[in-house]
This record gives sequence, C-alpha cells and structure tokens, in this order.
Amino acid sequence: MSLRGFGLSVLFIAVLAGCGKKDDGVAVIKIGSVAPLSGAQTHIGKDNENGTRLAIDEINAAGLSLGGKPVRLELIGEDDGAEPKTANIVAQKLIDSGVVAVIGHLNSGTSIPAAKLYSDAGIAQISPSATAVKYTAQGYKTAFRVMANDAQQGAVLGQFAVKKLGAKRIALIDDRSAYGQGLADEVEKAVKTAGGSIIDRQYTTDKATDFSAILTAIKAKNADLIVFGGMDPQAGPMAKQMKSLGLKAQLLGADGMQNGNFIKLAAADAEGVIASSPGLPLATMPGGPGFKQRFIAKYGEIQLYAPYAYDATQVLIAAMKRADSAEPAKILAALTQTDHTGVTGPIRFDAKGDVTGGAVTLYQVKGGAWTTLETIK
Amino acid sequence: MDIFAQQLVNGLVLGSIYALVALGYTMVYGILELINFAHGEVTMIGAMVALAVMGALLGVNPDLPGIMVVIAGALVAIPACMLLGYGIERVAYRPLRHAPRLAPLITAIGVSIILQNVAMLVWGRQYIAFPPILPQISFVVAGAQITAVQLFIVALSIAVMIALWFLVQRTRLGSAMRACAQSREVASLMGIDVNRVISTTFIIGAALAAVAGLMVSAYYGLAHYYMGFMLGLKAFSAAVLGGIGNLGGAVLGGLLLGVIEALGAGYIGDITGGFLGSHYQDVFAFFVLILVLVFRPSGLLGERVAQRA
Repeated sequence: MSLRGFGLSVLFIAVLAGCGKKDDGVAVIKIGSVAPLSGAQTHIGKDNENGTRLAIDEINAAGLSLGGKPVRLELIGEDDGAEPKTANIVAQKLIDSGVVAVIGHLNSGTSIPAAKLYSDAGIAQISPSATAVKYTAQGYKTAFRVMANDAQQGAVLGQFAVKKLGAKRIALIDDRSAYGQGLADEVEKAVKTAGGSIIDRQYTTDKATDFSAILTAIKAKNADLIVFGGMDPQAGPMAKQMKSLGLKAQLLGADGMQNGNFIKLAAADAEGVIASSPGLPLATMPGGPGFKQRFIAKYGEIQLYAPYAYDATQVLIAAMKRADSAEPAKILAALTQTDHTGVTGPIRFDAKGDVTGGAVTLYQVKGGAWTTLETIK
Repeated sequence: MDIFAQQLVNGLVLGSIYALVALGYTMVYGILELINFAHGEVTMIGAMVALAVMGALLGVNPDLPGIMVVIAGALVAIPACMLLGYGIERVAYRPLRHAPRLAPLITAIGVSIILQNVAMLVWGRQYIAFPPILPQISFVVAGAQITAVQLFIVALSIAVMIALWFLVQRTRLGSAMRACAQSREVASLMGIDVNRVISTTFIIGAALAAVAGLMVSAYYGLAHYYMGFMLGLKAFSAAVLGGIGNLGGAVLGGLLLGVIEALGAGYIGDITGGFLGSHYQDVFAFFVLILVLVFRPSGLLGERVAQRA
C-alpha cells in the first residue's frame, strides 16, 4: 500500500496545487456566493451561482481597474444546503477567506441568520432572492436585496385572490421555511384586509413530495382557492395531487414556483395555475432577452433567480466602481447610493436595504407556458 | 365525500411505497444482519434509469403507447439495478464480511453518498419529470378517490410480498437463504454456496428497488438524485417498526407508517386547535416508531432472537 498510497498522495497534492491561483500580478478581489448546491434545491442554487458567475466573467473579460490598478474578481461559491445552521458556517468561512462582499444567500431562512455575521464583519450582503420581510428588518446596515419582499408580493397575491379572482374560501399551505411561512402570513393579512376569509391553514416541509393528507383536509372544507408559499419541487406534485384527489380549487403561488420546472413537474395539471413573481417579465426588460441568450449559451436554461443574482452582482460591481475601491466599508457606502437599471428592473435601495418600488407581475400557465397576466406596481 | 376513507386511502398508497422499499432492507438484514443504507439510492437509480430510457423512447417516437414505454423503462431499469446491487455487495460489503459490524455500515453510507453524487453528475441537479403518458383514470371507492396508478402500487406491494414469501419458504433458493440466515458457517459446510446466496439476495432486493423507484416517480411525477434519501429513511423505519428481517413485518410496518402519517397530517391541526400543524406528520410517525420499539424492541412481528457471540 505504501508505495501506491504515496503515489496517490503526491498526485493529490499536485492536483491541489494546480487549483491555486494564477499569479499574473493582477490583484485578486474575492466575492462570495452562497446558495444550496446540495439537497432538494440544488438546481436553483446552481442557477444563482451561475448568474453571479456570468456577471463576474463578463467584467473580468471587459477588464476592471480600481484605484488606477487592474484587478480581477474571483468568485468563491459556497454551499449552504438551504440549511440555516450550515449558512452560518459557510458565512464565517467566507468572511475568514477575505471576501469583500457576498451575493446570497438564496433562501430567506439562510440569509436571515447569516446577516448578523456579515454585519459584524462589516461586509455587504446582497441577496438575489431572499424575500422574507425579516431579512432586512433586523436592522443590519450590511443587508440588501434586489427583489421585492414578501410584504409587497403577499399584498398583491391577497388582493388579487379576493378582488380579481373573487375567491370566497381561501386555504393557505406553506412549507415552514422562512420564505414560505412569511409569504403565507403576508397573504393572510392581505386577504383579511381585502375582506376575504381564510378557512384553513396547512403546513408541509421543503423536502416533502406527498401532500394528499393536507389536500384532503382542505377539500373537506370546500376551499375555492389554495395559496401555496413554497418552491417548485413541492408545487409540482401538489398540483398533480390536487387533480387526482378531484380538488377543483384554483392554485395560486409566488416566485418560488413561477418557473419552467413547475410546469415540467405538474405537466397537464399545471394548466391554469397562477403565480406571482417580483419584477417585470424578463422579455419586457431592456437587457432581458440579451441576458437570457448569454446565460443559456453558457449554462443552459434559466431555472429561477439567475437574473436577480446577475443583477445583484452588477449592483455590487457598480458600487465598487463608484467607490473606486474594494474596501468593504467603501463598497457599503457606495451601495446605499445605488441607482442601477438591471435585467430585472430598476434597482434603488431604501434605508433598510429593500429595493424600492419593486413591481410584482402575475403569470398564469396557459398551453404549457407561463403567460403574463398583469404587472402591479 | 368521506374524508376519513380518503385519508385512509392516502395512507395506504404512501404505506405501500414504503413497504416496497422496506422489503429490500428487510431481506438483506434477514440474511446478513446488515443495514444496506445504499438501498434508498438504488431505488433512485432505478427511477432515473427508467426515466432516461422512457425519455429516449419518447424522443424517437412520441406516439408510443404509454404503458409500453413504462414497461420498457422497467425492463432496462430492473437489470441495471440488479447489476448495481451485485456490484455494491461485491465491492463494499463482501470484503468486510468478517470485519466488525460497524465497518460495512460505514461503507453502506459511503456507497449511498457516491451513488447520489454520480446520479447528480449524470442526470443533473434538476428534478426530472415523469412524462405524462399514463392514462389518468380514477375510481371512487367508499367515498374515496383513488387513481389507477395508486391502485397498482397497492396491488404490486402485496403481490411482491406474497411472491417473496413463496420464494423464501417454498423454493430451494429460499431454504438456502434461511440456512445462511441461521449460520453461514454451517450452511457452507452443508454445501451451500454462501456467496452466491448473498449475491442473489442483493440482486433480488435491487430489482425490487428498481420497481419501487419507478412506481414512486410515476406517482409523484418526478425523480431527483436526492429522492432516495428520505424514502430510504422512511422505509428503513417501516422495516424496523414491523420487525426487521420479517417480510410480512416490512409490509405491515410500511402500511402502518403511511396510515399514521396521513391521519396524523390530516387531523393533527384540528385536534390540537392549530397548536401543532400538519408539518409535524414525520414527528408523528417517528413517535409511534419509538413507542413500539420501547415496548417491543424487535418490532411488531419480529421474533426475539438470541444475541450471537
């Protein structure tokens, strides 16, 4: 064994060494990205990382100079598995490795606890996709997001359900993640304000595939509309199981399920499902179709939030350019002055770090594709 | 519509899926006293291979009859998983047969992680959709709605259990298996090729896993490289609940776990006035498991066996 083992370890060390940075005299600035790269949400996690990577590759190709010196940005992608406890570990790891800012995390449940660590370290955290109200309400000056939060989205969904769809008996399901739960809470408030009634509230998890029990309970209460706060891996089978249980209620969801994967998973049963998504439809944005083309050429189909991850990174790069520095404190100061037109819409931050005037668009599945219903500002 | 009947049907279908997977765990444990933690992942590979074959067939001719395509998928997935099951045993367990019991347990977990990552590399991280080719027929039985796929799952798990019982109790191979379960040394002295019997057990278990994987993905409409993990855990719990090593116990445990989960999720919110929600359904199932194990450590149908030295 010893000779072979020795050979293997030499090889291993050689491989490790090969992974090291090229030393071409250009200063390297590290930017972190955190998203689930393992577990059930891997597909959308990798999507976020690729969105960030595209923005970084583009700026590196174009060349970036800060303070008169050429610099190269380096992406450090970490995996939090959508688990809050892992989120803190990788956040600390990124801080220790000297990143100047972090794009992430993907989930609200992971962004919220990590925000404290980034705040203590004084580095900016821009989440492309954490929409729970709590994320920016914790009072950390380092937390930003580029997507409308759940209060905005929940209000639109609740209003829409009662006023436009005329739903009388509304049932809520959420996946008990910070995102799903927060969204369902906001929808509940909005439905009550609009004069509708919530007849049942059921719960599942972000790892479940069987919803027959809770759907049966909802069916027993004669709901005419079900609002789901959660992601596409659950929404797909949920739509299928609603059909096979003979539930006639309309399914209404949010950005977590407003993607192509949902339609693939629910197949024919996706027809008629309505979901909202913050921002404008990609096709109607000035840079939208171009971004889509460049992204697909490199990484394949967009899963969900890649455009937001791309925008978050662009916002960060713009702040670095304005500050003409990669010092975390200077980046932070510049970030608050952001006025950027990204592929998902205009981005400006309010005092809490939320994006101001975020639009919310409603989509419905018709003929096997999401079609735009209306955009509400 | 009768809600209770519907919840019972929901539970029975879920339970039948657990039972199909649990049968594979229990067979291996019965002979080797090894918990084959890679079994859940073999189920996943079965689903993935079947979906890949079905996708390829439909790509060539989208008008093929749905049931034929599914059968073709199964006909490729079953031998593929058999080969995989044989390979796992040969590589990860056989060299450790005389090692302390903890060693094969760790290689089992290792194999399961390797299979997950291989599947992720081959089929990607996305959820893969089951093509909508099966006819959506549903029946109403005693006020409960049940689809053809669900009915087939329940019937299949019962049929498989009976077939396995027949194999173990009534065939030469079965008596060889039982002999190996009692004492491998004595069995080999009697001229039984112990390695062959164990390999065969793994191959049969893997074939079951392939069928289970296909059924799960047909029912939920999706497959994913991670799907084997929770399924394996639940099925393992079902096998333990019923008495691991006992074929009838695996089915009983699976059905029981499924029904408890469905009834728990369906009624817990109303019973506790919203204090505990339906997301506690897993807690409910595992709580029952703990209770049973406290009072009957060998499971519901398990026999008390003397500890081996």
